Amino acid sequence: MSAIQPNISEQPLSEELQLVRAAKQGDDKAFEELVRRYDRNVFRIAQHITQNREDAEDVVQDAFLKAYGNLAQFQEQSKFYTWLVRIAVNEALMKLRRRKPERTVSLDEEIKTEDDSVPREVADWSPNPEQMYNQAELRDILTRTIQGLPPGFRTVFVLRDVEGLSTEETAQALELSIPAVKSRLLRARLQLRERLSRYFQKRASGDGNL
Amino acid sequence: MKCTEFLKELTNYLDGALDDRTKSDLEDHLAWCHNCYVVCDTTRKTIEIYRDSELYPLPEDLRGRLRSAIMTKCTQSKKSGPQNA
Repeated sequence: MSAIQPNISEQPLSEELQLVRAAKQGDDKAFEELVRRYDRNVFRIAQHITQNREDAEDVVQDAFLKAYGNLAQFQEQSKFYTWLVRIAVNEALMKLRRRKPERTVSLDEEIKTEDDSVPREVADWSPNPEQMYNQAELRDILTRTIQGLPPGFRTVFVLRDVEGLSTEETAQALELSIPAVKSRLLRARLQLRERLSRYFQKRASGDGNL
Repeated sequence: MKCTEFLKELTNYLDGALDDRTKSDLEDHLAWCHNCYVVCDTTRKTIEIYRDSELYPLPEDLRGRLRSAIMTKCTQSKKSGPQNA
């Protein structure tokens, strides 16, 4: 089996850096270009974390505004995007905490799962699971399934597997150690797999309907 | 290799981050352990399905409104001096 490659191709760093440096010098058009480049990603990440459209819109605005205000402090030791994601994740977590004050939301929470053992009965999936449902149904299944993950797992999975950040970049963006990212990623992937199996496993009748 | 050892390396395997020796041990295990083969294959599909599904697209009209709001606020913040962001 071949390794899965991140879907975001490497942006030429120099071009991004040029925009960042121009923005630092007060070129708002350059900053607007950075917004254009990453607004979709920030919105997606914010929606995944907050699970709320209005909050996600706020996070997009607040994250870019904060990035703009703190641009001088960006040391250029990481990619601008990784730095921006870190700001956006923090903004999104703050929204989540405000919305769910009864429960402390932290990326550091220790979540106990029983995913360290291989499931005893593993059901294989249909060869083309995406084709078992129409687009709206599939979207609903995927959304509900990922929303069921604890925020600490969900965020790592989204940054690493949906947004295509490397393990190191994900660790930087979330201020986690690399082993912590790897451990959460494994658990997130396995939990999602397990939950999706309910919908995608092979059926004797083969009709694809629940 | 035992199933638990395989599982520990699954993420590194899917990410192509294993040395040749470990990768080969893991593939030997996959060749005879059906359960682990299925876990590996369906975990890969899980990642691919999420990667290929745009769950939260940003509609163009909203995108335009957000960008314009961001740039207006940025300009205002510049005029009013440095902010404690």
